[in-house]
Parts: sequence; C-alpha cells; structure tokens
Amino acid sequence: MKEISLHILDILQNSITAGASLVELCITEDAEKDIFKFYIKDNGKGMDKEFLKNVTSPFTTKRTTRKVGLGIPLLKLAAESTGGGINISSELGVGTTIEAVFSYSHIDRQPLGNIVDTMFTVITAYENTDFLYIHKSGDREFKFDTREIKKILGGVALSEPDVMAWLLDYLKEGEAGLTAE
Amino acid sequence: MKSLADLEEIRKKASAGVGMRKDTHATRIVVGMATCGIAAGARPVMTAFVEEIGKRNLEHVSVVQTGCIGVCRLEHIVEVMVPGEEKVTYVKMTPEKARKVVAEHIVNGNVVSEYTIGNAE
Repeated sequence: MKEISLHILDILQNSITAGASLVELCITEDAEKDIFKFYIKDNGKGMDKEFLKNVTSPFTTKRTTRKVGLGIPLLKLAAESTGGGINISSELGVGTTIEAVFSYSHIDRQPLGNIVDTMFTVITAYENTDFLYIHKSGDREFKFDTREIKKILGGVALSEPDVMAWLLDYLKEGEAGLTAE
Repeated sequence: MKSLADLEEIRKKASAGVGMRKDTHATRIVVGMATCGIAAGARPVMTAFVEEIGKRNLEHVSVVQTGCIGVCRLEHIVEVMVPGEEKVTYVKMTPEKARKVVAEHIVNGNVVSEYTIGNAE
C-alpha cells in the first residue's frame, strides 16, 4: 500500500463485512508529539478470543474462498516499520476496534494520501452503514457524520449525482481546512 | 464553500422530482475492492466509474463493490453485468479505461474486448 488512506479503506471493508451499522474513523496527526495514529471502531459482529489471537497472521481470514487475508498483516507491518504498532480489541456481538500508531516523522511512514476518496468510496457504496469521520491535525479538526447528512437529505439517496458532487466537495474542503494558512 | 445549507437545497430539488434517480438499476458495474484490488489501484477506478456515471446521468446503472474476485495478478478487475447479456470481466483497469468502458460498453453497447480477461490470458 502506498498510502495510509488505502490501508484505512481496506480495514473499513472489514467493518462493513462484519455487518456494522456504524463505523467510526478517527485520525490524529500530532507532529509535535511525533505521532500519527488512527482508530476504526465498529459495532459489527466482533471476533471471538481464539480468532482475535491469530488475526494478525496472514493465514487467518473469515474468507471462505481461500486461506489468506492480508489486510491486517499489511497494516501491522506498515505501522511497525515506523516504530509503531497496531492494537485490536473485539467482543463478540459488540464490535471491534483497531488502532494503528505510526511515528509521524519516520522516513518509512507512508503519507496519509487521498483520504477524501477513501471516505467518498465507502460512504456512497454502503448507504446502509453510517460513518463518523474525525480528522484531527494539530489543533484543528474536521468532523463528518453521515447520520447528520442523511437526516438533512430525508429519503434522498447519497448516490444521487448532485449529492455525490456535494459530498466530494464538502470532504475536500474539510480536509483542505486542516492545512490552510 | 459547500455547506449543509447547500445540501438542504439539493434535497428540496430532488424531492420535487428533478433529476431523481430510480431504484431500478438494471446494469451493474461490480468493482473488486479487497486488499489485492485496493493495492492495485481500485480506488481511482471506482471513483472514475462513479463520476462518469454521475456526469452522464445514467440512471439505470449502479456501481457496487465486492471482495476479491480471485485473479489478483490481473487486478484491478471490474465486472459489467448488462441484463440479458453475458457478464463481461475487464482486467488491469485504470481510470482512463474505466471512462472508456462507460462510453463504449455502457452507453453504446459495444464490449471493449481489448480490456477483457479473455484478451489478457
């Protein structure tokens, strides 16, 4: 993976596959403390202790078509190669939280990349799942909650072209606001 | 700046029946979005499809995601399902190829055979 936002897209798919109705993504960039971290918290079906213990192994997957799953192992490798790591907690019937911590300034830390496209992709593809997205950078914050958006939209679909265009611009502007002078 | 008030306007317009999409999506574009697909560049392909479909206002087409289609070395893979026709599997897709598939296949009904799996193997 060239970008952290691609890892995030990958892990978000796990939450969706687990049947989550609400997925929370929080990214924190803190250059002063030299930390780049994010967590993804879902209310999906969760994992039992045995599965959780082996979940970072490439040979652990819920897939039935083959025996390997690389999403979590790749994220683990990316985080650990910057001196960070990942932490996963899960409870059956309650949900799963995965956290990844990177060293902000480490040469091997991938850039966050195009997080707008990641969010746009999952929001429009999975209308039945709600997403809470929080991106903190220094003392600035951008927050986006699809529950608010859907409330305003009433019954109008997120896949409506006008709505999708709005979403894309809104996300882009929100992200740009984090780095603007 | 886009605001929530703009969204309110969009809702009013849509509720009035202007440009409302129908739920009966006949044609399906299925994009592989597992780890292999994402690493091979599924995201820009996915957004290219969504944008192109929106731009052309193709109401009968829906873009959906799926897991690993099973031929990771040919990622990025996209399947196009037109009712009454055989499924077409496109491989090694890029955003440019995606736009061409929309124009040639979805709109004009001609399969872009040079991008299909049959041509790659």
